[in-house]
Amino acid sequence: MADFDLDSADGRREALRRMVTIRAFDEEAGERFADGEIPGFVHLYIGEEAVGVGTCASLEPDDYIASTHRGHGHCIAKGLDPKYMMAELYGKAEGYCNGKGGSMHIADVDEGMLGANGIVGAGPPLATGAALTIDYRDRDQVAVGFLGDGAVAQGQIHEAINLAATWDLPAIFVVENNRYGEGTPVEKQHNVDNLSDTAQAYDIPGVTVDGMDVTAVAEAVAEARERARAGDGPTLVEAQTYRYRGHYEGDEEPYRDESEIERWKDRDAIESFRDRLIERGELTDDEFADLRSAVESTIDDAVEYAKAADPPEPSAAYEDMFADRPPELDRFAATARPDGGANGGDRR
Amino acid sequence: MTAQTEAELGLETETMTVREAIRQALREELERDEDVYVMGEDVGLFGGVLEVTSGLLEEFGEERIRDTPISEAGFMGAATGAAATGTRPVVELMFSDFAGVSMEQIMNQMAKMRYMFGGKADMPVTVRTTEGGGMGAASQHSGTVHSWIAHFPGLKAVVPGTPASAKGLTKAAIRSNDPVFVFENKMIYEQSGEVPTDEEFTVPLGEAAVEREGEDVTVVATQRLVGESLGAAETLEGEVSVEVIDPRSLYPLDVDTIVESVEKTGRLVVADESPLSYGTHAEIVARVQEDAFFSLDAPIQRVGTPDTHIPFSPHLEEEVLPGDDDVRAAIQRIA
Repeated sequence: MADFDLDSADGRREALRRMVTIRAFDEEAGERFADGEIPGFVHLYIGEEAVGVGTCASLEPDDYIASTHRGHGHCIAKGLDPKYMMAELYGKAEGYCNGKGGSMHIADVDEGMLGANGIVGAGPPLATGAALTIDYRDRDQVAVGFLGDGAVAQGQIHEAINLAATWDLPAIFVVENNRYGEGTPVEKQHNVDNLSDTAQAYDIPGVTVDGMDVTAVAEAVAEARERARAGDGPTLVEAQTYRYRGHYEGDEEPYRDESEIERWKDRDAIESFRDRLIERGELTDDEFADLRSAVESTIDDAVEYAKAADPPEPSAAYEDMFADRPPELDRFAATARPDGGANGGDRR
Repeated sequence: MTAQTEAELGLETETMTVREAIRQALREELERDEDVYVMGEDVGLFGGVLEVTSGLLEEFGEERIRDTPISEAGFMGAATGAAATGTRPVVELMFSDFAGVSMEQIMNQMAKMRYMFGGKADMPVTVRTTEGGGMGAASQHSGTVHSWIAHFPGLKAVVPGTPASAKGLTKAAIRSNDPVFVFENKMIYEQSGEVPTDEEFTVPLGEAAVEREGEDVTVVATQRLVGESLGAAETLEGEVSVEVIDPRSLYPLDVDTIVESVEKTGRLVVADESPLSYGTHAEIVARVQEDAFFSLDAPIQRVGTPDTHIPFSPHLEEEVLPGDDDVRAAIQRIA
């Protein structure tokens, strides 16, 4: 399984490294955003690391994932390079999307990452589609659609899961229940106790797991993957987790108090997994310190790389629209450029 | 390049209806490329509510002719994800009005993924959908919404007006690695014409056809109004010499063929069933005035639906839908 496997000590250390990398990446991204270096909006994954990493630990490298607003963690869990991610956050040409996607849209289809998504609930239909391709070509892969607790209320989620269930597609839907849909508590958005209860409507398994426990998430996803590959269709996995930061950076969070955040931090996914590995004799404090400093230098390097990278050429704004470029792009792009274009006057 | 009609290309042809032409296009592309499959509401067992896909399930089986649940957002999103991962879905959206139900996946995913991902995803999805009034179907099953799609960056839109272009455009759409919407006016499904039988025959996206040559007035007409405009031109024979151009593709648009004609005639009528404000007509008019302003000898005329929805009562429907008499009146206003 996967390029890191929680059944081996090496795999467990790799899972820990990925979780630490996600946190370090997002802490850095938050700081750089606050400093005004990163434009746009930034939604951080801090606190939820066990969900993305646990999920990807049970996937093969060529499996697909479709992500959410909070996609940095999914990218790192899937194995994307923080260097090109950070360059994307900085809007540079060397970013994963050549500076056209930014934080909310990092994608690399070749690596199985179908994009972070700026629209709540829009990723799972895409995962259903990737599962359709897999099924159609009879490949040994699965597609995971991540969604937040807020997205469970969206109609297109229901349609995507229903379609995948009806066609027995190799899809897995992972609900990251981080307790808040933007600023509204989960209890005010749904009438069911467990969001996995909604699986009953599709006659597929729905399981709720501790989203602060990377192993519990991995086990649920491994089982779901096995089921999907056997042709038995999708599974809905709800991972109960917590978002330490606001919905977006700069969110003043009037909807919750600090003591709630502190209670969840007592169960921190990274610390508890680290402690478990130390207890099992698979990791020492010194090794963890080394791991952490290696991660920190990776992130520092990523920032340096992103800062030094070139911004896109202005003409890149008109590229990547189509596989077959229509004449309109040359016509109107030329007018938009300071040197002017050919139109705007009679051809005679 | 001056576009030509298919008959001028000298290919072998067969007489068939628009419906048969589209079905033949689907059949040929399904046979040619195993990555191509058809999905949508009632496309299989039922054969499509307007019977375009009739018989394909028996020929190709359930894997390739897939009945979906009634969930436009779900299957439009699934087609988008499937296209991004390498297969080539052809989606039937039963009535174009239902685009409203699936617009999120069309606008924010299908249209934007390639660009937002820095060009790292092809999007070989074809959406076939029906447009237009005339069946007493009332306003939620009679809309003409191609302007929305043609307007939206990242999508291509074609509007066949003849059986030959219906076949050629459908095939070109399926072969394209970009998302292409094929807008089929349901009132011309029964219209017959000569259709090339060559399996390699396609109508390239962005190539207009000169359906009738004339000297005095250019009529740029789409879909059902191609036939209506040819009829109007016929009745004016001897009085006004009318050139009829079918752009066939709205995005990309073959401005050169239209401009060349306007430079010859000096007069232009744009006839398209969509509502008149802020739409297809306006775009064609703008392009012509950018490129051929000084060739114009009269104000450009627009023929379309006068900013109403399509009413149910046949008496009212007839009132709002543009036809050959509207085209004729527009020509006569400026001839």
